[in-house]
Amino acid sequence: MSTTVWIILAGAAMTYLTRVGGHLVLSQFQRIHPRVQAGLDAVPAAVLTTLFAPALFNAGWPELAAMIVAGLVALRGGLMAMFTTGAAVLIAGRYLIG
Amino acid sequence: MSAEILFEPSPRRAFWSGFRLGVPVVVASAPFAILFGAIAAQNGLSVGEAVLMSATIYGGASQMVGLELFGQKVAPWLVVFSIFAVNFRHILYSAAVGRRIRHWPLWQKAVGFFFLVDPQYAETERKGEAGEPVGFVWYMGMALPIYVFWIVESGIGAAFGALIPDTHAIGLDFLLPIYFLGLVMSFRARPLWLPVVLASSAASILAYAFVGSPWHVSIGAAAGILLAAAMPLADANGPAGPESDNTGPLP
Repeated sequence: MSTTVWIILAGAAMTYLTRVGGHLVLSQFQRIHPRVQAGLDAVPAAVLTTLFAPALFNAGWPELAAMIVAGLVALRGGLMAMFTTGAAVLIAGRYLIG
Repeated sequence: MSAEILFEPSPRRAFWSGFRLGVPVVVASAPFAILFGAIAAQNGLSVGEAVLMSATIYGGASQMVGLELFGQKVAPWLVVFSIFAVNFRHILYSAAVGRRIRHWPLWQKAVGFFFLVDPQYAETERKGEAGEPVGFVWYMGMALPIYVFWIVESGIGAAFGALIPDTHAIGLDFLLPIYFLGLVMSFRARPLWLPVVLASSAASILAYAFVGSPWHVSIGAAAGILLAAAMPLADANGPAGPESDNTGPLP
């Protein structure tokens, strides 16, 4: 099997671990330390931020415009609305600026 | 015998009542499943690999993260770790849902937890909080249509994505950052969200420039998490389960 398939299967095993793990492990504790809880709460935003921040730093004008507009739309609309608006701004920007 | 015993609906009715909750999720997640497949194909994954990813990982955000890192040719363990990190929130869902399904046999629990994606968690908590019994048949009635369509649409996206001629013009290379920004925005109700995002942004940009990819992911994430853990503590929120974040109806 290729490396890609192994990575996918290992990723799947780790994902399943998160979905049973809370029930198996976290429910054993009466109380989680508040600092651990605060750290856990921060995990998704912290990880996902690193996946777009460097791209933003190196981006051109169409990409920056798309991210700003998408970020503003996300304050009001859902994920779908922000995503389609951002994509539209990006495509239009690249068409105009190249 | 108490007259208070909760009325269990027939299995068929329970299944369709769950199914009805799954349909809107199927509709809303379709574009993202197709997008996932298309980007997977652009990043060199075969249709089979894209389908395998949807069928075994079954978590939209983490699958996109996997693709992003596959494209950068980073160390395998780091890809696996990043998938794990993005899906880490499921630990909190799992602990909360576990209380609702104590009466399920072990094999039903083992199967049920596999399908515990964000909307599944949200509906299960809603049903449990309303005092209704959370049955396995109802649960799977909701889970199965979402799962099956997620896999099929990923395959369609992958088959079609390889045929797109000019990916730069339609912005395919930059759709993932927009998508990740949207996910980050959906967590904005959480405590310390802004300081965490600012710390992780700064650390990941610096790490990207001075240490290099892929370390910006772990260094940037660590900065935000440590900041959150070190901040002055707010009042505890009591024993309530985790809020379902507004990630929208996505697996």
